[in-house]
Amino acid sequence: MALDKNQIAQRIAQELEHNTYVNLGIGIPTLVANYIPKGIDIEFQSENGVLGMGPFPFEGEEDPDMINAGKQTITTMPGAALFDSATSFAMIRGQHVQLTVLGAMEVSENGDIANWKIPGKMVKGMGGAMDLVASADNIIVAMMHTNRQGESKILKQCTLPITGVNCVKKVVTNLAVLEVTKDGFKLLERAPGVSVEEIKNATEANLIIEGEVPEMNI
Amino acid sequence: MINKIVDNIEQALEGVESNMTFMFGGFGLSGIPENAITSLSQKEIFGLTCISNNAGVDNFGLGLLLQRKQIKKMISSYVGENAEFERQMLSGELEVDLIPQGSLAERCRAAGAGIPAFFTPAGYGTEVAQGKEVREYNGKPHILETALTADFAFVKAWKGDTAGNLIFKGTARNFNPLMAMAGKITVAEVEELVPAGELDPNQIHTPGIFVQRIFQGVNYEKRIEQRTVRTKK
Repeated sequence: MALDKNQIAQRIAQELEHNTYVNLGIGIPTLVANYIPKGIDIEFQSENGVLGMGPFPFEGEEDPDMINAGKQTITTMPGAALFDSATSFAMIRGQHVQLTVLGAMEVSENGDIANWKIPGKMVKGMGGAMDLVASADNIIVAMMHTNRQGESKILKQCTLPITGVNCVKKVVTNLAVLEVTKDGFKLLERAPGVSVEEIKNATEANLIIEGEVPEMNI
Repeated sequence: MINKIVDNIEQALEGVESNMTFMFGGFGLSGIPENAITSLSQKEIFGLTCISNNAGVDNFGLGLLLQRKQIKKMISSYVGENAEFERQMLSGELEVDLIPQGSLAERCRAAGAGIPAFFTPAGYGTEVAQGKEVREYNGKPHILETALTADFAFVKAWKGDTAGNLIFKGTARNFNPLMAMAGKITVAEVEELVPAGELDPNQIHTPGIFVQRIFQGVNYEKRIEQRTVRTKK
C-alpha cells in the first residue's frame, strides 16, 4: 500500500535528530511535528520569526500576533524566541537551522528542486523557499511520487523553473525513500507492499538499487 | 529627547505623493500598519511602488490600495491570497517583482545599515539570478543583491514612546524593524504610545533613531488569515 500524507510525515519524523533546529514547510511537512519520536528534542523554526513553535492554540485562545509562515495561528513552547525576518533568515542562511523539510513539484537526480512556479499559471512567489534550499545542510523533500496526471515527479532533470540547485538530500514519497547521491537517486526503502518494479515504473529518473530493498517501518 | 510624535494620521502621511516607493511592514496580515494603509487608500495618489512581503487580501491590507489601482509595482516574496491582485497581474496592469523572502529582509536591513549590496546563496541557479553577478565564496556560488530603500516606510508596533522607540509583539515583528531602518521617512503606528522614559531601554527592539514620525493608531482589526485551533480534550 502506498503511504498517505500522514504516513509520509511519520516516515520523515524518523529522520529527526535529537537536539536540532528544524524548519517545516507548508503541507505534508507541517504534519511531521505530530510524529516526533520519544526522546528526541526538536525546536521548530518558522521563518516569519519564531523558534520553539508549539501546537495550534485551543479554541478561543488564537492570537493574531502569533502565526507561522503558513499564516496559521500557533502557540509557543517554553524556551521559545521571537525575532525579525532578517534574524530569521540569518539562522537559515547561516546554517544554524539543521534540517529543512519541504514539499516539491519536481526533484531531479542531481538534487535540484522545483516547487514555486508553473509557467502559464498564477505565480504566487517563492516565499522563503529559495533561501531555505540554498543554505540548509540537510534538506528532505516530502511529496507524492507522481503528479495528478500520474507523471513522475522524480526526474533526470527538472522541467519547471527551479527553486535551488544540488540541494535535496533525501526524498520521501508515498512509494519510496530515495537518497540523492552523486550518481543519482538511490532507492533506500519501499512503502509496505509496494514492489521495486512498481517504484521503477512510477519513476522517470534512473534508480540505483543495491541488493534487497527493505520496506519502510511505519 | 527628540520628539517624534505627530498629532494625527494626516500629519503622519504629510508628503506622500504619486509615483513614490513605499515599504509596508507585516507578514500576511500580522503586524501590518492598518491605519496608514486605510488612510493611503483614501488619498488621490497613484503609480505607487510597494515593497511588502505580501499583498494583503481582497478587502484588507494592501488589497485596499490594489482595489483603487493605486499600485503600479509590487515587490514581494509571496502574493497568493488576493484575487484582485491576480487579475491585475495576469492582465499586465500590475508589475510584480518576486524576490526570496530572506533576500527581501536583508535588502531592507542592508539599506538601513549603509550596505549597498551583498552576496547571498539564495536564488543561485534560478531565474532570480538572471542578470546578477555571481561570485564563489567558500566553494559555493552566491549572487549579488542590492539594498532596497523607500520614500516612506510604514511600520506597526505594539508599544512605542514619544522618542520613536518601538517594541513589537509576537510574530507581528517580522519585516517591521528592517523597513523602519530602510525608509527615508519612517512612520510608526503603535497600539500604545507612552511618554519617553516609560519603556525599559533594555527591551527596545527598534531604537527611535530609525523612526521619524510616530502616532497611536485606532480601531485595530488584526484580522486572522488562517484560524487554526485544537480542541480541548
